[in-house]
Amino acid sequence: MSDAQTLAVEVKAIEAVTPLIKHFTLAAIDGGALPAFSGGSHIVVVMKGATRVHRNPYSLLSSPRELDTYEIGVRRMEESRGGSHYMHDAVKVGSRIEIAHPVNLFALDKIARKHLLMAGGVGITPFMAMLEDLHGGAVPYELHYSVRAPEHAAFLPRLEAREAGRVRMYYDSENQAIDFEGLLSRQPLGTHVYVCGPAAMINRVIATAQHCGWSDSHIHSEQFSAPPVGDAFDVFLARSGLKVHVPHDQSLMESIEAAGVEVPYLCRGGVCGFCLTKVLELDGELVHNDHYLSEAERAKGKHIMPCVSRARCRHLVLDL
Amino acid sequence: MSATLEFKPQESYRDDFTFRNSRAAIRRFPLPFPEDEYMYSVNIEPHVAGPPGSVTEHAFDVDEHYIAECRERALVLAAEPLRYQALPHMMSSQWDTLELIMESLARDYPHHFLLERHGNRWHWVNRPLALDDRFTFGEPHSLPREPLDYITRQAQGDFVVMDQREGDLWTEAGMVTTQADWSLDFDIGMTFKEWHGPVPLAHELGVFDRALKFLLNLRLGQPVRRLNWTMTVHPRLDTSPENYPHWGPDRSTVTLQNAGELLHLRVELQGLWRLPRSNAVLFGIRCYLISLAELATVPKWARRVHRVLKTLHPALVDYKGLTRYRDTAVAWLAPHDDGAPTSPGTGPD
Repeated sequence: MSDAQTLAVEVKAIEAVTPLIKHFTLAAIDGGALPAFSGGSHIVVVMKGATRVHRNPYSLLSSPRELDTYEIGVRRMEESRGGSHYMHDAVKVGSRIEIAHPVNLFALDKIARKHLLMAGGVGITPFMAMLEDLHGGAVPYELHYSVRAPEHAAFLPRLEAREAGRVRMYYDSENQAIDFEGLLSRQPLGTHVYVCGPAAMINRVIATAQHCGWSDSHIHSEQFSAPPVGDAFDVFLARSGLKVHVPHDQSLMESIEAAGVEVPYLCRGGVCGFCLTKVLELDGELVHNDHYLSEAERAKGKHIMPCVSRARCRHLVLDL
Repeated sequence: MSATLEFKPQESYRDDFTFRNSRAAIRRFPLPFPEDEYMYSVNIEPHVAGPPGSVTEHAFDVDEHYIAECRERALVLAAEPLRYQALPHMMSSQWDTLELIMESLARDYPHHFLLERHGNRWHWVNRPLALDDRFTFGEPHSLPREPLDYITRQAQGDFVVMDQREGDLWTEAGMVTTQADWSLDFDIGMTFKEWHGPVPLAHELGVFDRALKFLLNLRLGQPVRRLNWTMTVHPRLDTSPENYPHWGPDRSTVTLQNAGELLHLRVELQGLWRLPRSNAVLFGIRCYLISLAELATVPKWARRVHRVLKTLHPALVDYKGLTRYRDTAVAWLAPHDDGAPTSPGTGPD
């Protein structure tokens, strides 16, 4: 919601688990237990860099039953605006960072008869915690985990130790690919599918499942969009009476926050809909990058999700 | 910090109806009317600590009626076990609820409750009810009852646990014995809007669309609350559809002579918490009762309630079940309303 509700944590360990992914272990500064959470939850990490504050969502991958520490996996993004680079380069063991309470936008369905989990790359992270919730339960589950090459298979030793027989690996480098159509066309009634990974994979799973006759209520996906870069523009905040410049490599929400105006948020990844903001005036077009607004809502042009979306315009007035 | 509470264990909510509010209990009554007229609103606010002594000082309010109310619940359950129900997939939310209530009571009322945790081995002491139990958190058979059943027998007010899935909230577990004419047995398994289907006007106002959207995004550690209200004849907690034959006819017994004693304003302090392990939402519905005679000891409240009842929308009069005695209540309160303006806020003058 706002940074007022953050927890202060200390980085206890950092491990490079693949050439691109670092694994961070965080503990409360006072040494006490961290808040309980459910598998699929994410935290927003508040990174106070030298010139700007980054707030990025990361899935919790540690066991919901072990609350002495939280663990997250951070992939270095090629076109990072700084968040993942900050985590990779500036954060050391002993660093103190702020995190928001866990939020779950990618929860396991509790009445599912079977869980079919599909991970691509760093999309494995929410499933690590979900598997802890599923392990030992009565409901069957299986994980299909696709990565570029064996050295990119983050957390594989942990998975093999605990989930042997329920995990199937797929390596692009060996021309292995998940058979989406085959898998999704032969699941027992009551199965729920969950996918987390690159946008192309998510779209493929959703389209294939729908094609195979799956109900939307049984298809779950999560993809946090990093706020894309774009043209710089100016925005006028009607209620605050402020004009704010949005540089090409900073998000609309970050720019508004830097001007001292708080925008309510949950995920900062275009998923939850919490930061929905009214567009009062616009001369130009909105660049919607969220997963929340429907096509019809986008067409109306009356709302924007400032966490990930931008504008190409000469004049924009928001109800903030 | 709260001092030691003086309980009134002999009070009854049935038969001879010996329930009464002390002077202090009257002064802390949560009047739900900030203005002299009433209409629905999404009147949700953060459930943060209210002033010392108020009903919102603590997450779960324990008051002088605690022992009597827990006994009343046990009586209802003995006659009708289905007042407590939990669907099988709600077990993790049951433990979440048990943890939340035990931690809150032990922290807020250390004279009365004690919780010791050593990993999963927990020790719970409830002194007012003379309970001392050791159990293993997460292991249902280590408790004498299911966790939600166990802990809500030791808490005032009703509790409903809603599972979150498919962009909706599903009423799938609960302990409901102090309700204003609704039934868990009837509503279990319903979605949020199905559950609230009978409420008039509010759907048209978009109240439930907004409330559902808000609750789907309810955050861990940031509970919210609101007040709701109706009226009840006698201080009867269990006004359930199941027992309508016992209390429905009471509504025709109200006269101008007995209204002060018989008619009670019934206020629900509703709290909503995101539960951590289950991602479910806990909905607490705590019922406070006050007779018109007790209410009239606070002149501001008598004036305001008189005006609210007099101007209440007919659809709400009907939905709240006040049709038979609303005019009598207004007539009883009229001599207490001199027309003077009421001060802002809901507290007593």
